[in-house]
Amino acid sequence: MKKFELNDCHKKTIKEICESFGNKRSELINILHTTQEHFGYLPESVQLEIALNLKISLASVYGVVTFYSFFTMIPKGKYPISVCLGTACYVRGAEKIVETLEKELKIKVGQVTEDGKFSLDCLRCIGACGLAPVMMIGEEVHGRLEPEMISDIIKKYE
Amino acid sequence: METVKLTIDNKHIEVPKGTTILQAAKQAGINIPSLCYMNLPHLDQEHKPGSCRVCLVEIPGKRTLVPACVIKCTEGMEVLTHSMRALNARRTVVELLLSDHPKDCLICPSSGNCELQKLSITMGIREISTVEHAAVSTYRKDASPALLRDMDKCVMCRSCETVCNEIQTVGALSAINRGFMAVVAPAFEQDLTDSPCTFCGQCVAVCPTGALTAVDNTSHVMRALADPNKYVVVQTAPAVRVALGEEFGYQPGTPVTGKMVAALRALGFNKVYDTDFAADLTIMEEGSELLDRITRYLNGDKSVRLPILTSCCPAWVNFFETNYPDMLDVPSTARSPQQMFGSIAKTYMADKLGVKRENMVVVSVMPCIAKKYECQREEFKVDGDPDVDYSLTTRELAHLIKIGNIDFQSLKDEDYDRHMGESTGAAVIFGATGGVIEAAARTAYELFTGKKLEKVDFEELRGLEGIRTATVDFNGTPIHIGIAHTLGNARKLLDGIKQGMYNFHAIEIMACPGGCIGGAGQPLHRGTDVALKARMAALYKEDFNMPIRKSHENSEIIELYEKFLGKPLSEKSHKLLHTHYFSHPKQ
Repeated sequence: MKKFELNDCHKKTIKEICESFGNKRSELINILHTTQEHFGYLPESVQLEIALNLKISLASVYGVVTFYSFFTMIPKGKYPISVCLGTACYVRGAEKIVETLEKELKIKVGQVTEDGKFSLDCLRCIGACGLAPVMMIGEEVHGRLEPEMISDIIKKYE
Repeated sequence: METVKLTIDNKHIEVPKGTTILQAAKQAGINIPSLCYMNLPHLDQEHKPGSCRVCLVEIPGKRTLVPACVIKCTEGMEVLTHSMRALNARRTVVELLLSDHPKDCLICPSSGNCELQKLSITMGIREISTVEHAAVSTYRKDASPALLRDMDKCVMCRSCETVCNEIQTVGALSAINRGFMAVVAPAFEQDLTDSPCTFCGQCVAVCPTGALTAVDNTSHVMRALADPNKYVVVQTAPAVRVALGEEFGYQPGTPVTGKMVAALRALGFNKVYDTDFAADLTIMEEGSELLDRITRYLNGDKSVRLPILTSCCPAWVNFFETNYPDMLDVPSTARSPQQMFGSIAKTYMADKLGVKRENMVVVSVMPCIAKKYECQREEFKVDGDPDVDYSLTTRELAHLIKIGNIDFQSLKDEDYDRHMGESTGAAVIFGATGGVIEAAARTAYELFTGKKLEKVDFEELRGLEGIRTATVDFNGTPIHIGIAHTLGNARKLLDGIKQGMYNFHAIEIMACPGGCIGGAGQPLHRGTDVALKARMAALYKEDFNMPIRKSHENSEIIELYEKFLGKPLSEKSHKLLHTHYFSHPKQ
């Protein structure tokens, strides 16, 4: 994956986020939260910029990023895929769906495709148990899935 | 002051409000074991993450046991430190800590010096009943030229993180990940070599286990000593002689110079020399550089960079190369005593002894871990051959003496070998914070004023305060001096200079608390400053008792300049005794 390089505009955004929290060390979690909302993830260059703004070590920023599972250093794809692994979906074969997706996209859960189009994650119950097994691609819900259907669904997004 | 009354193990005591149970117990002479707790009063740093739970105590009536290191005493509190409940809980905690800890204590570099091992011994743990087949951590090992990071042995006390970030402000280490995956690492888990680590080793000095240790060179040195084709010479740094004794049962601050020299000779070193000789040489070069800059400045040359910064401390050199790449022309270009020694030994001395450079092995004994890195720097090699081949710490020398089956205490005092073994009081005090600049002042005063310095002791430059400033009178010309020890204080001083807060002519900086006497290669003291103060007092006493106390009066130094170097800052001096710095900005 290509390294994310910051331009002046990115740097300005990060500076403003840090300033909005008073450049305080104690606000690091909130700053990371807001920054991730903006960039979608927290690549190395973004963490370094935050460390420089707050005058703390890069290691300590990285320490917080790796401690909380909410923070991610991997970008989401253009079309984030979330497969439901809730009880209903699970018993109706959600695991097979995940396996097929992994094979089809050539990535593992938690990763993003080389071209940045798709990322694959799992979640617990989206409240559509009647359609089990289900997955979401972006905001769209796909239900009553069979492994054979996956390839066609993905093609629609390419 | 508001106080509270409480009982600990039925002992009635009264303590100031805000005192923790652990501190109160200590005052009452009751020992509560702990592992993650670290108190560095001389650095104003109390580290109590409350994470190891080894200091659990019982408060009758309270549902849970409490960690004594963080819970504060309250009025009428009753504390039981060795009730069956507390003892059992502590034992379980240690068993759990041991459950995923490697069990290779017999060959661990920290064996005998490990706090976890001590707890296990004290508690009589002979089997780990809690977890029978627990997985043992298998994190990759990170080997740098000076430090080893073996996270399988980390107990996540995070003392290293506090020292690295709060005291040294280096910021190389942080706790990362969570649960069983949690380790202490540089950002993005890069190697220490690629991180801003300065190799000061203060993390090693506070690590309670074998997670952070120094690279061990004893086997290399033993191999060289066993090789009949090698001519092995050794140099010993000033701070080593007042600390080595601690490894053999002597009180901190007992000078063991004579026994150390005898032991080194018994180990088979061909010549035993003194780094103090090279410290005097450093003063000749650095002092002359200081005078040159000040004289030019006073004569109106505005291009002169002042203040001049000392450059003896390798961790400090790494620190400014990493953090202040825009100030590389400010520090003195003089090499450290270790490197000056190596350079002279493999030229002047090798010639004198009739030994070929390739057959000479130079070993140094240092209170320092960063010296191991320094002697491997490319600029201190001639055609790939380093001026100093191996650097040992004080602790490694103690091991070497024990390996050599030498009864240290019964040794008769011996003296250093000649031509690189004479030294002055000025060189001895290099080992304490403020010592280098005091030594420089003694020589610079006489060279600057042309007068004899009557009062050799510059008491205003001594002490243990983190940042000290003083003005020395050079016969009417005031010379402003700054001193800092620990890299955090160095940063404060340097940032102050950048902002124009100070107006110094010269600054001495040492990376370790107290200077080299508190170096990370010294016998471990983990938290107390008693040893530090004793070592410091011993150095000043040695200085006081020396017949010659100014570097430029060292007869072997005078001879070296007459026969070999010419004069300070000569072309030959520049080639052999000076260096240049590199910009290494790292995050």
